[in-house]
Amino acid sequence: MRHSGGVRARIEGQGSGGSETTVNAAAAISARGISKSFGDVRALRGVDLDVRQGTVLGLLGPNGAGKTTLVRILATLLAPDAGSASVAGLDVVADQNRLRERIGLAGQYAAVDENLTGLENLTMVGRLYGFRRAVAKRRGRELLEQFDLVEAASRPVKTYSGGMRRRLDLAAALVAKPPVLFLDEPTTGLDPRSRLDLWDVIEKLVSQGTTVLLTTQYLDEADRLADRIAVIDHGSVIAEGTPDELKDRVGGERLEVHLEDASQATAAAQALATMSDEQPLLSEALIRIGVKGRSGAIIEAVRRLDGAGVGVDDIALRRPTLDDVFLALTGHAAEDGDQA
Amino acid sequence: MRRLFSDTLVVTERNLIRLPRAPELLLAFTLQPIMFVLLFRYVFGGAIRVPGGSYAEYLIPGIIVQNIAFGGFVTALGLNEDMQKGIIDRFRSLPMSRAAVLAGRTSADIVTNALSMTILVVTGLIIGFSFQTGVLHVLIGLVLALTFGYAFSWVFAFLGLLVKSPEAANSVGFLAVFPLTFISSAFVPGQSLPTPLRQFSDVNPFTIIVNELRWLWTGQPSPDQLWQAFAWVAFILLVFSPLAVRRYRRAASR
Repeated sequence: MRHSGGVRARIEGQGSGGSETTVNAAAAISARGISKSFGDVRALRGVDLDVRQGTVLGLLGPNGAGKTTLVRILATLLAPDAGSASVAGLDVVADQNRLRERIGLAGQYAAVDENLTGLENLTMVGRLYGFRRAVAKRRGRELLEQFDLVEAASRPVKTYSGGMRRRLDLAAALVAKPPVLFLDEPTTGLDPRSRLDLWDVIEKLVSQGTTVLLTTQYLDEADRLADRIAVIDHGSVIAEGTPDELKDRVGGERLEVHLEDASQATAAAQALATMSDEQPLLSEALIRIGVKGRSGAIIEAVRRLDGAGVGVDDIALRRPTLDDVFLALTGHAAEDGDQA
Repeated sequence: MRRLFSDTLVVTERNLIRLPRAPELLLAFTLQPIMFVLLFRYVFGGAIRVPGGSYAEYLIPGIIVQNIAFGGFVTALGLNEDMQKGIIDRFRSLPMSRAAVLAGRTSADIVTNALSMTILVVTGLIIGFSFQTGVLHVLIGLVLALTFGYAFSWVFAFLGLLVKSPEAANSVGFLAVFPLTFISSAFVPGQSLPTPLRQFSDVNPFTIIVNELRWLWTGQPSPDQLWQAFAWVAFILLVFSPLAVRRYRRAASR
């Protein structure tokens, strides 16, 4: 049985049907009530999650929200304090060893050996999967080709660029052709070009049937890659849906106005108030306001501010960011949720 | 068990391939021991009176034991670095033997220890050291030194996993091993030390190991404590390998 949405993540405590307490065996990734604490810090507070086979779930949230902890639990690196989860039909605690043959993990720091060459790294990983040396080497060559690293194959990784390292890290996760892939902030710290390249690679993998759980701090990344997005904050999933659904909840484009004089902020906010059904957000000389699908918003704002005698330094329309998602969903800015 | 063995080999190989590509580490195995031998033989040696034979004969077993005990610091550095850089996470996400990460690391030390021991023996032979005993004794001496070094690699594995940075691993290791080697019979006879230090030196495992190695290689009289020397090796191994494994489990599951 499949869920109509394919991917579901619920707000903790919302609804409690009997079927919700057991993991969904049909999903490639399924978690129920996963909790984990580190000392006094409750990193995860009962996370439920389903990812249908061959789809991408984007796990979106600020630093310290619990994204990495969740990935580490699902990838068998960490045992949950409570709850259960299955990946590729195997329990993450009871079947760890068999599960490790069926998952790939690529992290935000490229976990490859700097002093080994690209080929040596991949060969080592292959042999640790139990391949014979020759088989591991052949697979390594294949991956280097696929990831456009052939020329760098026999150079130590310390000579690689950030993007190359990240590609090698991803290649290492794919050595055993795992059906499920965990990508923990795969493009954090990469330049735009490398980011786009990596997105292409991930898309190709998914088109070949790989299930991906991807954590990210970037809405555009989730937007591009994810079939569904789960927003996580303070260790709980606070919203879930397709990228379009989430954006609607965030409220579309936002108008940012930098005033010449911060003391005019209140006057400016009043002048703009009726442009949106949201309250304008003030921080010193900066005013932000949602202008859902409103054409000519800049011209109208300038006209209104001019009419109110407010001097404007700069005015711009901006796509919603993670901050906006958080503001809309939680009422607090993303940084407030930052604990780790 | 087959997996443990083959995975350990893979990890050992990985650690050994790395070595020539980190030249600063390679210096520690090659030039540094030679420098120490020359320093002790020609700078301090003249002022040190030893019972029986020459100072060169006295010195070489001592310096080999010191050097081999320090050899494990590569394990401390390596594990700490792997931890920081996420390679341990990579290993843990693979269907490999968990113990192979530590076993492969410490096994690589056997190879590097053998390398620096060879360099020290050759240097020793040039400056006046010579084996005075039979082949069997010499071989038992080699085994004693290498197993002692291996046991100490586990001490360093524990330290490397305990501290936060590679730099800290280095200085903690230094603080632990330096007094142990110098307040022993490695470089000066125990009788020349002030009483409290001599008492420490007499029970110091380094003294026992060095004396036995000396006896095995040069036949210099020493109390017959060969079993004690191997007992110390076993003791260090039995205490520190479970400690390191436990620490590894804890440190890795964060």
